Amino acid sequence: MIEITPDPIDVQKVMDAAFSPDCGGVVVFIGTVRNFSRGKDILRLEYDAYPEMAIKMLERIVDEIKGKWDIRKVAISHRTGVLKIGEIAVVIALSAPHRKDAFAACQYCIDRLKEIVPIWKKEVAIDGETWIDDHA
Amino acid sequence: MTITIKFFALGRELVGKSELQKSYDESVTVGKVLEDLRAEYPRLAQMPSMLLAVNMEYSGEDTVLKDGDELAIIPPVSGG
Repeated sequence: MIEITPDPIDVQKVMDAAFSPDCGGVVVFIGTVRNFSRGKDILRLEYDAYPEMAIKMLERIVDEIKGKWDIRKVAISHRTGVLKIGEIAVVIALSAPHRKDAFAACQYCIDRLKEIVPIWKKEVAIDGETWIDDHA
Repeated sequence: MTITIKFFALGRELVGKSELQKSYDESVTVGKVLEDLRAEYPRLAQMPSMLLAVNMEYSGEDTVLKDGDELAIIPPVSGG
């Protein structure tokens, strides 16, 4: 299950999509909106996405993961639109027969997501707004 | 031939629209379209860096575009 959605993410639904009877564990990463960034108090984040390409790139990351580790199921949901502090922006859940693979693959998944998936966040602070460039 | 150009995030704000169409008499490279866009929308120079995608694949400036292709201007991504 891979989705880009303007609606609040149902964490349980993402986890359920990753459970697999041949696996000994599911690792879940939940990315939330933090109230500070680069020394500023953040009011909210605004996410924009190129949904069709984002899904294609996420599918590519899943293929990469399955080529590197013994991972059975991967579920990813990323939210778009305006998010308040504490809201969930992204959920990744993946299952593996062995936990080491699941932890390593989950870390890789969120790192790659931040590198290649066409999703953007704008930080809205008290004194202005900025599109974030994590690669600058 | 006609191509569609898509803008997102900072790019959409600088250009003031999320999508536009451009027509060319003969085949054209991504680099040429970019040159035309920069002339038409000088504010694009405010984007620190960008990637390009043709039909949802990251692509270089020397890629030759065909009729109906979709070119996306991809500002530095920051999901997660």
